[in-house]
Amino acid sequence: MKRKVLEKGMKVLFLLMATVSILSVLLICIFMLISGVPAIREIGLFDFLLGSKWSPSGNAYGIFPMIVGSVYVTGGAILVGVPVGLLTAIFLARFCPRKIYRPVKTFVDILAGIPSIVYGFFGMTLLVPLVRTYFGGNGNSILTASLLLGLMILPTIISITESSLRAVPESYYEGALALGATRERAVMTTVFPAAKSGIMAGIVLGIGRAIGETMAVIMVVGNQARLPSSILDGVRTLTTNIVLEMGYAEGLHREALIATGLVLFVFILLINLCFSLLNRRKEHE
Amino acid sequence: MNELKAYLKRPLSLLLRVAVTAAAILTVVVLIFLILYILINGIPYMKPSLFALEYNSENVSVVPSIISTLYLVGLSLLLAVPFGIGCAIYLTEYAKPTSRFVRVIRVTTETLSGIPSIIYGLFGMIFFVTALHFGYSILAGALTAAIMILPLIIRTTEEAIKSVPDLYREASYGLGAGKLRTIFRVVLPSAMPGILSGIILAIGRVIGETAALLYTAGTVAKIPDGLFSGGRTLALHMYVLSGEGLHMGEAFATGIILLALVVLVNFATGRIVKRFTAKGLQ
Repeated sequence: MKRKVLEKGMKVLFLLMATVSILSVLLICIFMLISGVPAIREIGLFDFLLGSKWSPSGNAYGIFPMIVGSVYVTGGAILVGVPVGLLTAIFLARFCPRKIYRPVKTFVDILAGIPSIVYGFFGMTLLVPLVRTYFGGNGNSILTASLLLGLMILPTIISITESSLRAVPESYYEGALALGATRERAVMTTVFPAAKSGIMAGIVLGIGRAIGETMAVIMVVGNQARLPSSILDGVRTLTTNIVLEMGYAEGLHREALIATGLVLFVFILLINLCFSLLNRRKEHE
Repeated sequence: MNELKAYLKRPLSLLLRVAVTAAAILTVVVLIFLILYILINGIPYMKPSLFALEYNSENVSVVPSIISTLYLVGLSLLLAVPFGIGCAIYLTEYAKPTSRFVRVIRVTTETLSGIPSIIYGLFGMIFFVTALHFGYSILAGALTAAIMILPLIIRTTEEAIKSVPDLYREASYGLGAGKLRTIFRVVLPSAMPGILSGIILAIGRVIGETAALLYTAGTVAKIPDGLFSGGRTLALHMYVLSGEGLHMGEAFATGIILLALVVLVNFATGRIVKRFTAKGLQ
C-alpha cells in the first residue's frame, strides 16, 4: 500500500517537474509582453518599428536602425561563416584522414565552448585595429562584427552539417562512385543535396545565434544608433541597444528597451519556427 | 601519383578538395591563433596580485569573481538539475511518446534552447530582480541561469536514459522491483555518464555567460555574503575590465582563466563520453 502511494506520488512529482519548462516559457512570454507592450502602445507600433531616430533624451524611440543593424550584421556573419562552415563539415564528414579527425573535432568543440566575452575581447583588441588599418574607418563596423560573428557561428554550422551529411545513406555515395564520379563529385551531387534540409536547419540555427549574440557584438560594432551607409560604418543591433542603456534607463525609456527585447524575441520565435519545420522535414526524408 | 593525374583531368574536383581542406585548416588555425593571442597577452599579467583575496581598483583581483562564479554555478545546478532530470524521467519512463503533453514539452524546451541569453537577462531583470524584489543578486542570477541550462540538461538526460537497454528494466522488473526502484537503482545509474556530461556542458555555459547575468547578478566585485548579495562572475569581470579600458592586461589574464575552464570542461565531457561508449560496447 505504502509502495503504491509512493509510486503514484513520484509519478506526479516527475510530471510537475516536467511542467517547469512550459511554465518558464509562459512566464517569459507573459512578462516580456506586459513589460514591453505598454511602451509600444505609447510610442505607436509604426513609429516604434519604423522610426529612424532613437534619442531617449529627445523622446524619440524608433528602433528601425537597430533592426537594420541586426539584419546587416547577421547577414554578414552568414556570408562569412556559412561557406567556411559547410566546407569544413564536408571535410570532416568525407575527406578527413582518420588520424586527424579527433583533434579537429576537439578544436571545433572548443570553438563552440569559448565564452562570447572572450570572442568579443579578441575582436576588440585585434580585429578592430586590423579592419581600421586595412579597410579604413574607425574599425568598429558592420564588417568587423560580421567577421567575428561568422567565426562564432562556425561550430554550430559545422556540427549540424556534419551530422546531416553522415546521416545520408552510404549507398548514395557509392552509387555515384560506381557511375564513375570522382569522390568530390559524388559528395557534391549526391550526399550534399540529400542532406539539404539538415544543412538549412544548421544555417537557420546559426542565424539565431548571430542575431541573439550580444556581448561579443557590443565590443566591435560601434553602437551608433543610425542607419549605416557602408559596411565600414558602425551600427547598433537590437541586442546591444538593450545592454548599452538598460543600466540607467527609467520610465518610458526602460520600457522601450524591454520592447526592443520583445521585437528580438519575436524574431527569434520566427527563426525557431523555421528551424523546427526544417527539422520535421528532415525526419520525413 | 595516379591520383594526382586523375585530379588534373578534373579541375573542379581538385578545386573542391583544396577548398574543403583549406576551410578546415582555416578553422583550426583561427582557433589556435585566438588561444595563442589571449595567452601571449595575458600571461605577463598572471601575477600573484591578481589573485589577492580583496578586490581593489589597483589589483583588480579575480578571486571574488571566481568565488561568485562558483556560487552561481553551484546554485543554478542545484535548481536546474533535479527539475531537468525529473522532466527527462517523466518524458522517457512515464509519458506516451506521442501524447500532446510530450509534444508541448518538446516545443517549449526547443524554444528555451533557442532564446538568446540577452532575453533571459531581460526576463530575469523584470521578473526576479524587479517583480520578486530579489535585487541584483546571486539568487536572481542563478534562477535566470537555471532556466537557461534547463533544456540542455533535459535533452542530454533524455538521450542518456533512452540509451539504457530495455533489457535492464525488464530484468529489474523480473526481480520484483517496482517502477520507481527500477528508475533509481537501474536506469539512472546506467545513464549517469550521459547525465554527467550534460551537467558539465551546463557548467561551461554558466561560466561563459555574460548577457544573462549583467542585469540579474550585477557587477559588484566583492565576495558575495549571501543569496541576496550581488556578485560578478569571471566573464562579467572581463566585460567590466574591458569596458573601463584601464586594465586590459588583467582582462586578458581573466580570458586565460576562462579559456582554461572551457578546455577543462571539454576534456571532462570527452573522458566521460569515452567511458560511456566503452561501457556500452561490453
